[in-house]
Amino acid sequence: MRRRRGGTLVRHLLLAGAALVFAFPFFFMVVGAFQENPTNTPDRLLPTDGWTTENFTRIDSRIDLVGSLVNSLIMTAGVLLGTVVLGTLAGYAVARLRFPGRRLTWGLMLLVQMVPFQLLMIPLYVQITRGYGLGDTYLGMILPFAINTTAVFIFAQFFRALPQEMFEAARIDGAGELRILRSIALPLVRPALATVVLVTFIGPWNEFLWPFLITKDASLQPLAVSLANYISNVAQSTANPNGAILAGACALAFPVVVLFCLFQRYFRATDLGSAVKG
Amino acid sequence: MTAVSTGTPGRERGRTPAPAPARRGRRRWWGGQPVGTLLAAPYLVFVLVVFAYPLGFAGYMSLHDYFFTAPGVDVPKPFVGFDNFAAVLTDPQVLRSFRNTAVFLVINVPLTVVLALVLASALNAGIRWASVYRVAYYVPYLTASVSLVGVWMLLFSSNGLVNAVLGPLAPDPSWLVNKGLAMPTIALYVTWKQLGFYVLLYLAALQNVPRELHESAETDGANGFQRFLNVTVPGVRGATTLVLVLAIITGTNLFTEPYLLTSGGGPDGASVTPVLLIYQRGIQQQNPDTAAAIGMLLVIVVGLLSLAAQRLNRER
Repeated sequence: MRRRRGGTLVRHLLLAGAALVFAFPFFFMVVGAFQENPTNTPDRLLPTDGWTTENFTRIDSRIDLVGSLVNSLIMTAGVLLGTVVLGTLAGYAVARLRFPGRRLTWGLMLLVQMVPFQLLMIPLYVQITRGYGLGDTYLGMILPFAINTTAVFIFAQFFRALPQEMFEAARIDGAGELRILRSIALPLVRPALATVVLVTFIGPWNEFLWPFLITKDASLQPLAVSLANYISNVAQSTANPNGAILAGACALAFPVVVLFCLFQRYFRATDLGSAVKG
Repeated sequence: MTAVSTGTPGRERGRTPAPAPARRGRRRWWGGQPVGTLLAAPYLVFVLVVFAYPLGFAGYMSLHDYFFTAPGVDVPKPFVGFDNFAAVLTDPQVLRSFRNTAVFLVINVPLTVVLALVLASALNAGIRWASVYRVAYYVPYLTASVSLVGVWMLLFSSNGLVNAVLGPLAPDPSWLVNKGLAMPTIALYVTWKQLGFYVLLYLAALQNVPRELHESAETDGANGFQRFLNVTVPGVRGATTLVLVLAIITGTNLFTEPYLLTSGGGPDGASVTPVLLIYQRGIQQQNPDTAAAIGMLLVIVVGLLSLAAQRLNRER
């Protein structure tokens, strides 16, 4: 018995130590964002004075914080809309219907997950900016992410878990496939939405490379891009950029952390695991 | 959603009790619910437009002397065979970017697998505050890399907090401007950022390891470490393969980290990655054909590495 208690203590120390390592940079970010002069020495980690919101005004004067946040939001909303509307339909089709092209759809879903986006960035850049003329537009930012494949997997997984009898009963009662989708399947998909929204949200919200490639116009850039520009270009020529960088980092991180804390209860890790495994 | 309102044809089919023999053959080919094609069509079109087509286009570019022209101007882009690949493979910077990736993977992949599995099995033992820990590990994964890179940049700068804590032990030149330490620091950062996701994958896999196995191993006198090695590790082998493959894919596609953390692959190219080169060659220097060739090489390397990971980890 004693050995087991010792094991629990070791386990707690391990987990708590790791949690500290994971949480510390966030602590540093939040405290630094509200400090006149973010500390670089360990003895000033718990400051009692020097609180300010000046950093947010300073970064706002260089990159238009609110405008960038709105751009991030538009891009993310577009992806969410596409994924929730069209992704549900695709997920339902591959999970519950037999139709020509079902195997093809499934195979493509697996393939999309295997090939990283970065490989496609040059041809996509040519195609979307030169072919479609969508450089510096919201549509161009949204298009490559419009339907999140992981979300389609999660929907499919969810629809597959619904009892077959329910669908058979509906068919016997004379409901057509679209009626079944509208009246039975879609109302039942709601529990999967929390996981899907969270998984889909972080993609476009955090995405840097693609909007960075196709937006030259600063007034259209999402926050990830404008903050990166501030870090790599403006910061060197600014007297004390650290507070402003941390303020921008907070503004970019905050919405996702809030969303996660709100959805945490509904978020099921097993959904994610099965989705990635296909 | 507009498709939902046009429900009549499906309803008629549903009412037919048994299809006539002639229709049955056709139905087998069409499947039971051909309306599925309609529902899956938007996704299929999406994949064809932003995935299949660019993939083919990348292959085409890499085999041609492709260059950007003014809109509307049609200049022949001659087929050059493997010239682009030959140019890329003899380019010291490209070779260096692949060597840097190897350094990254050697540090990042083992660290990720070991730490994720250890943390997940500690969490799985039914411990208090498990959900709090889980959230703490997962939040870096959810947060934008641009944000966190900003924080790490300050923490690891020459006069940053990490060096202040280390005092005389601080490396000189500092982490991100040190040729030998730039890539390892990036590897450490990515391990930290992604670990929570892999912990969750392992947690899901651990649910499927039967408790009886642990119990019988315990009655046989195996201690905690032996049980971990002989019950847990083989029990989650499938998840380990997945973690390996995903870590390899992430690690071979670094862009944000070397672009921001080491200001464009510095110092002196010590943290240049293939994707950073794709950007520099393709967009900045306007050589999309070379960039596409680097991309194709990268996919081949990723494919081979993933295959090797799967083979090595196969049940013997």
